[in-house]
Amino acid sequence: MLSVEDLSKSFTIHHLGQTREAISGINLNVAQGGFLGIVGRSGSGKSTILKSIYGTYRPDGGRIIYDSKENGPVDIMEISDHALIHLRKTEIGYVSQFLKVMPRTTSLELVTQSLLEMGVGLVEAEAQAKTALEHYDIPESLWNNYPNTFSGGEKLRLNIARATVKAPRLLLLDEPTASLDHASKVKVREAISKLKDEGTTLVGIFHDLEFMEGLCDSVYDMSNQEMRHALA
Amino acid sequence: MKTADNVALCVRNFSKHYGDGCAYCMDEDAVLDRNICPECGTIHACSDISFDLHKGEILGIVGESGSGKSTLMKMLYFDQEASSGEYHLADFLDGDRDVLKLSSRQKRQIRNEILGMVYQNPVYGLKMEFSAISNIAEKLIASGSRNVGDMTATGDHFLGKVNIPLNRKYEPPVNFSGGMQQRVQIAKALSNYPPVLLLDEVTTGLDLSVQADVLELIKEIQRELGISMIVVSHDLAIIRMLCDRTMVMLDGSVIESGITDQILEDPQHAYTQQLVYSIL
Ligand SMILES: Nc1ncnc2c1ncn2[C@@H]1O[C@H](COP(=O)(O)OP(=O)(O)O)[C@@H](O)[C@H]1O
Ligand SMILES: [Mg+2]
Ligand SMILES: [Zn+2]
Repeated sequence: MLSVEDLSKSFTIHHLGQTREAISGINLNVAQGGFLGIVGRSGSGKSTILKSIYGTYRPDGGRIIYDSKENGPVDIMEISDHALIHLRKTEIGYVSQFLKVMPRTTSLELVTQSLLEMGVGLVEAEAQAKTALEHYDIPESLWNNYPNTFSGGEKLRLNIARATVKAPRLLLLDEPTASLDHASKVKVREAISKLKDEGTTLVGIFHDLEFMEGLCDSVYDMSNQEMRHALA
Repeated sequence: MKTADNVALCVRNFSKHYGDGCAYCMDEDAVLDRNICPECGTIHACSDISFDLHKGEILGIVGESGSGKSTLMKMLYFDQEASSGEYHLADFLDGDRDVLKLSSRQKRQIRNEILGMVYQNPVYGLKMEFSAISNIAEKLIASGSRNVGDMTATGDHFLGKVNIPLNRKYEPPVNFSGGMQQRVQIAKALSNYPPVLLLDEVTTGLDLSVQADVLELIKEIQRELGISMIVVSHDLAIIRMLCDRTMVMLDGSVIESGITDQILEDPQHAYTQQLVYSIL
């Protein structure tokens, strides 16, 4: 479903006259419905890989082949901006610790919009959005509030609700549980498990990957740049 | 050439220079002093700009003051004549014609029926001494409406949409605050449902909370009406909130373009990096 081949990315910071290599020679893949965890120390390039797959970073070399539902295999690095925007609306989701908020947009609107982008009708989208907010324990009293007033945990749960409500075909998770308490983490695990049952393919970075035990099928280790089975 | 299926507006090799140009600066490899020709002093306000605006998308244009953003918008709205280039609109004869070559009567028709423009300074978009509702009626008459009842209904609808209390619709915008003037300008620009809306620094100079109102209004309009928009701003925070894709302009040229998160998180050009790092 997703295969990354010989991926490399460096960043040139012009005013410092510096070029820093973030990753090189990355090869990994994940089968449809599989869950790949990426492990490695901080600064080893884990997020760079995820952001390259999502198309936020523009890599220097390699290929990122994604088997899309609509058009079959495409190279994320080669497709047009509009094709990528479309894939993000319909097939590929991304969750990080940071919530992108719009002014004057309530939490319910935020999650609803995520479904409207996929072409779900308004009534249905709102109903599904409410179910998702409930699942992530966003109290009903907050549904019509602006997320910039939420606590860190609430923001994050909202962020996850927004990405998972679409049941994307491929979901990229960049340490989504990093700042959560145990109860919230359990919720996230539950949601991931449910998405997996429904066939979503997942690639995730978790500082405590043990927490995903039983869900994760394989692991990519940045220290030796190799894949292994999760239980090996 | 014509517009592709999903494209609302398409521009190729758009340029605008003030001055006659010379053999040196008319060469595409000429090195200018910012946007000025060192040989003849001609100002190259826009140089060789090409892009497509897709249907329903919001395209951002960011760059410092003097980079050519407003000149580009004025050429798109026929406020100024392009020095060269090609320009197609899907809603004019299926995008078949280069609209730069049309008569001024036809250009006026496009301005009235296909394009909406909102200027940074409401003075350019509104008749400040006419009532808010007559400002809208003026636009509707220009686009062919004749029925007073219909025009009043449309005017009320859009003034309501931009939160202008209807008991103030007979007041002239000169009585209104900056934020209200901007909202009347948006109502006027939208009143004939143009498929393409051009917005030039429309929140610059407004208070932050008023800015948020106007931004939310723009987002809402785009969601509800599916209008394609070009949003010009020197402020990356606004671009981040509104735009699907972004072009960065410097000294009259587009130096970088991409999906907005690419521009913000992986800027390539030294100037874009300077812009981005200054907001983080
Ligand atoms: N009418 C004009 N005559 C001469 N130069 C102009 C005129 N309008 C704009 N310019 C010049 O063109 C360049 C681009 O200006 P403008 O499009 O207003 O930039 P922006 O909107 O990005 O601030 C600047 O160098 C400006 O001084
Ligand atoms: Mg300007
Ligand atoms: Zn010259």
